[in-house]
Amino acid sequence: MSDSIRQTINKLGLSREMLYSVGYQATAIMAAFLVGALVLYATGYNPVDAYISMATGAFGDTFGIGQTFTQATPIIFTSLAFLICIKAGLFNIGAEGQFLMGAMGATIVGIYVKGLPWFIHVPLTMIAGMVLGGLWGLIPAVLKTRFEAHEVITTMMLSYVAKDLTSYMVNYPIKASGWVSQTVKIETTAELTRILPPTQLSGAIFVAVLFVILTQFLLRNTVLGYELRAIGLNPTTAENSGININRGIIIAMILGGAFAGLGGACEIMGVHQRFIDGFSPGYGWDGLAVALVGGLHPVGVLLASILFGALRSGGMIVARVIKVPQDLISLLQGLVIVFVAAPMLIRSLLRRRK
Amino acid sequence: MVTIANVINAGLFAAAIRMATPIVYAALGGMFSERVGVINIGLEGMMLTSAFSGVAASYFTGNPWIGVLISVLTGGFIALIHAVISVKYAGDQIVSGTGINILALGFTAYMTQIFWGNRGASEAVHGIPEISIPIVKEIPILGDILGTHSPLVYLMPVITLLSYYVLFKTPFGLRIRAVGEHPTAAETAGIDVYRIKYICITLSGLLAGLGGAFLSLCHLNLFTRGMTGGRGFIAMAAMIFGKWMPFGVFLSGLLFGFADALQMRLQSLGILPPQIILMIPYVLTVAILAGVVGRAIAPSDYKPYKKE
Repeated sequence: MSDSIRQTINKLGLSREMLYSVGYQATAIMAAFLVGALVLYATGYNPVDAYISMATGAFGDTFGIGQTFTQATPIIFTSLAFLICIKAGLFNIGAEGQFLMGAMGATIVGIYVKGLPWFIHVPLTMIAGMVLGGLWGLIPAVLKTRFEAHEVITTMMLSYVAKDLTSYMVNYPIKASGWVSQTVKIETTAELTRILPPTQLSGAIFVAVLFVILTQFLLRNTVLGYELRAIGLNPTTAENSGININRGIIIAMILGGAFAGLGGACEIMGVHQRFIDGFSPGYGWDGLAVALVGGLHPVGVLLASILFGALRSGGMIVARVIKVPQDLISLLQGLVIVFVAAPMLIRSLLRRRK
Repeated sequence: MVTIANVINAGLFAAAIRMATPIVYAALGGMFSERVGVINIGLEGMMLTSAFSGVAASYFTGNPWIGVLISVLTGGFIALIHAVISVKYAGDQIVSGTGINILALGFTAYMTQIFWGNRGASEAVHGIPEISIPIVKEIPILGDILGTHSPLVYLMPVITLLSYYVLFKTPFGLRIRAVGEHPTAAETAGIDVYRIKYICITLSGLLAGLGGAFLSLCHLNLFTRGMTGGRGFIAMAAMIFGKWMPFGVFLSGLLFGFADALQMRLQSLGILPPQIILMIPYVLTVAILAGVVGRAIAPSDYKPYKKE
């Protein structure tokens, strides 16, 4: 490896171990696609055709690329929601609920706050999303710190509650007239500009990238980030060195919820302009997979989000063109996670090949 | 006119027992897995895949009992994968379980579309018919509650008893508890820790599979997308609330089953918006977890065990 490359790598905060881990993640992804190919083949599809169609659908033209990044945007937020919590040792698998609550908060402020200029209304709407999402993250945090309720179950249960609660909202109190379960449009002053028409890509992608950078900065360069990582690595040691663990748990979960909530807000402001019942195809679950595939590193998360965005946008094309069931995507996602779960399994696969 | 008698009657308690069945099976499964120190978050996915495979088997063979058998085996097979990842490769148990859940949702919806051309639901298949217990059926009130159920409902208390017997009255049960509480000591005493772990984790999948079979072959007679609806997670809460003890798990399973039955009953009466009613079991689960867990002590520390 030449010195200049090594310097660049150092500058990016990447280490040799990280490069190895990129290798493991890539192998896990390939293994998942291989098993996916077997499923496709067994059910009568040509896996090569399907994957090529998926890739060209996702990256073949400007429209495809625009839709890929549109799909990647919410996933970036939800994966940061998982990432910031797992750094503090918390399994926040409830990003879906936090995402939906954030979307609801943004919808309410987007619709009912009127007469503001866009440069106030846009951030206000985003903050509303973050507050409601953060609140949805705070509940399991309090339940954990006060009552030791395991966050895996509570965040999951609260996701179901959020789904039902937002569905109730758009079916009853704030339903637009007509037979569709949705709200009226938010004010145009709360919308995010589309940057690549006719695709749905909006300015939200810049907000997402900004939050990737902020998260990396928070984790690497601040005392809070150091404390969260210390709690995640070894809570007992962290406590002995004077770190308040409960405070860390609460902050991490609020941040996680706020990230996911902002994702929901951006999705409303940039893509749908209204809350439509069931609009999320499961971005919260994507986030978890992406954070793991991204090696729990903000930069890795960004790349993995694009991959999963491509999976979603390309998956729609495959479903339309070759009629492969669209659930192929979550099948592949599940496979990726299972393979990522066992680094030692991947390691032994790699070793055998040599 | 909705009266209390419309809501709370023998039918509600009968439904509570029915809805407790899949939760108790899965919770007993989760108990066996956690007793040997492996968290099984994948119960949800195991139930879901089993519910699917049971319906598929019944559809293609016309025999629902073959469906139940396939369900159970499916659950066991997925659990075995979880065991390989978490025992042999010392992988992250929660990540593996979560992967199983997402994979299950995708795989079953994918295959539903392949088999029946519809990602939402399968066609109706032959289910397991309900049976009546002759004498019990005649008892007033009690007969309405306990008299007529699916055979899998009647099997549930039997399995609970059996779990208690195995866990606390047999040498094998002693080994299970030893492996969970102190794997190193167990190994020193000549117990094959890995083997016990594999057996118990696979068993947890077999039981979750039975729960899945109940949902699709006794409760609905068809498969619908994501039909487990978080019951795997509710089962985990029931397991914790039941303090990892068979009878405790059984009783808390009944409680969660009651919440589910109440939700369905209120739904059918249409007195509140359906979304609000749907929340009841989830909110109850969170509330119960918060209320008791501080005093619940897990039977193991869930660290992967490495052989010397």
